[in-house]
Amino acid sequence: MADVSISAARPGRRLVNNRTLRRFLAHRPAVIAAIILLIFAVVAVLAPVIAPYDPIKSDFLAVRQGPSLAHWMGTDELGRDTLSRLIYGARVSLMAGIVPVVLALVVAVPLGLLSGYAGGIVDNVLMRITDALLAIPFLVLAIALTAMLGPGLFNAMLAIGVAAVPIFLRLSRGSAMAVMREDYIEAARAGGNSPLRIAFKHVLRNMMPPIFIQATLTVATAIVVEASLSFLGLGQRPPAASWGSMLNDAQRFLRVMPTMAMWPGLAIFIVVMSINIVGDGIRDAMDTHHRN
Amino acid sequence: MALGWYILRRLGSIIPTLILVSVIVFALQQLIPGDPAVAIAGDELNEQAIQEIRTKYGFDQPIYVQYFKWIGNVTTGDFGESYRNKVEVADLILQKLPVTIQLATFAMIVALVVGIPAGILAATCKQNAVGTAANILALSGISIPHFWLGIMMILIFSVNLGILPASGYVPPWEDLRQNIVSLIMPSIVLGTGVAGVITRHTRGAMLQVLSSDYVRTARAKGLAERVVVSKHALKNALIPVITLSTIEFGQLLSGAILTEQIFSIPGFGKLIVDSVFNREYAVVQGVVLVTATIFILLNFLADILYFVVNPRMRSAHG
Repeated sequence: MADVSISAARPGRRLVNNRTLRRFLAHRPAVIAAIILLIFAVVAVLAPVIAPYDPIKSDFLAVRQGPSLAHWMGTDELGRDTLSRLIYGARVSLMAGIVPVVLALVVAVPLGLLSGYAGGIVDNVLMRITDALLAIPFLVLAIALTAMLGPGLFNAMLAIGVAAVPIFLRLSRGSAMAVMREDYIEAARAGGNSPLRIAFKHVLRNMMPPIFIQATLTVATAIVVEASLSFLGLGQRPPAASWGSMLNDAQRFLRVMPTMAMWPGLAIFIVVMSINIVGDGIRDAMDTHHRN
Repeated sequence: MALGWYILRRLGSIIPTLILVSVIVFALQQLIPGDPAVAIAGDELNEQAIQEIRTKYGFDQPIYVQYFKWIGNVTTGDFGESYRNKVEVADLILQKLPVTIQLATFAMIVALVVGIPAGILAATCKQNAVGTAANILALSGISIPHFWLGIMMILIFSVNLGILPASGYVPPWEDLRQNIVSLIMPSIVLGTGVAGVITRHTRGAMLQVLSSDYVRTARAKGLAERVVVSKHALKNALIPVITLSTIEFGQLLSGAILTEQIFSIPGFGKLIVDSVFNREYAVVQGVVLVTATIFILLNFLADILYFVVNPRMRSAHG
């Protein structure tokens, strides 16, 4: 997982201002990647309208067919249309990328702010727990949590979200501490603002840029981990489609139907690469990496 | 003296982390919905069997008693017993771990052999096509889902060309040549992601070093660019890369889960997946705990290495 370095933000700086947006738009690969992601998002949202067939309906007269006019990407071992399953799989993958990250942010950012702002024993306890959670590799923790909670998409997303919490907690805490060293926080204190107002009005707002960049990159990780869990049979349950479970099915028919394995993997690759490029673009536009 | 003091201080911070990891790993079991004894019993749903499990694993005792009993056993190397196979979890771990370590070592060799030269090229040729290609390669390595890469490689090199085995593992003491051949594809698949990470870090470190004063001085002395890069810049740029590689080795151990599953390699990763499906919670706990401990120790080793090779840190703690 890519690291995002922490830098001090500017007072009152919005998360995305015009200058940042202009810089991002000047980063051509990032713009192209963002358009690709937008297309995938539209396809996912409009899946019931766009998909030519029902993704879970078997057709035993059309089992394991190659690409044709009727089935552009062929059919699987149960005669289900691969393109339709791929389109519906986009819904699962994008949701599995975004939901755990939002979940992790909701838990980690307030705790990170508390840890960085309060310091002392609160900070010490939270950071030791974070250290311990970070010591368990992301995929191992996600698998272990899914194993205990039971397989399924909801539990997989929950497990990925929990596994992502320490990453954001550590980053939020560091970011909060960096912002708190700034002169304008001292000025806000001298101005008689309450600690709660300083924390939420000044620190929280200015600590977000590196967290936002990390969130973008973690969406990519979450998509791969969900696909991995579904590939292992711990994520999306059959017959519903997900890119990981499609790959799992495809592996069994590699010799007779090699194209079955190509499409879902390619889809994951394109989406994850696009997110990584957009993440790089946002980092360059916000310039949090180089400013200090 | 400074090194000894540094090691002691770092060890002091490792112990509480290890204790907390053990608490988290133990707490995982509490997430099992319903009665864990019923979950372990699986299809064997008679009350006597369930009661036996409850007594054997101590589920009928208070939770803190269960934890202290479990951690007490773990510290003596007793991780419990696999319920289905009646095999000690520690024996299973000792049997499977060397396979994964061998795979991770081969993958790291692939990652270093590809990643460092690609990173140097990305930094020194950043204005031309070679640098762009190296950057795209790194980004692809990071973005490609490894289980898909594995499937595609099986399709090309095993199914179509028939030059490499699609699955299986031969222990080195049985046939060294076959052992190496059976690990070629898995090592490439597992090493690709880390190669991407190493390329990016080598590039970053090289760019930083190449713009430093001493490199400018070396250039001003009239040294050839090749000498400046290989003799002056690379040596310093590789310091963070070496420490990063130590940490990434831990990532390889966890990344091996999917690689071992695809290539049917009987290692640590396959053990955790099989245990999950067989509801062997004691094995899952044991594997997670050992993985986390190795991860912590590798981080510790990376810190020590960084301390040893970086004179600034030595003087700061001296």
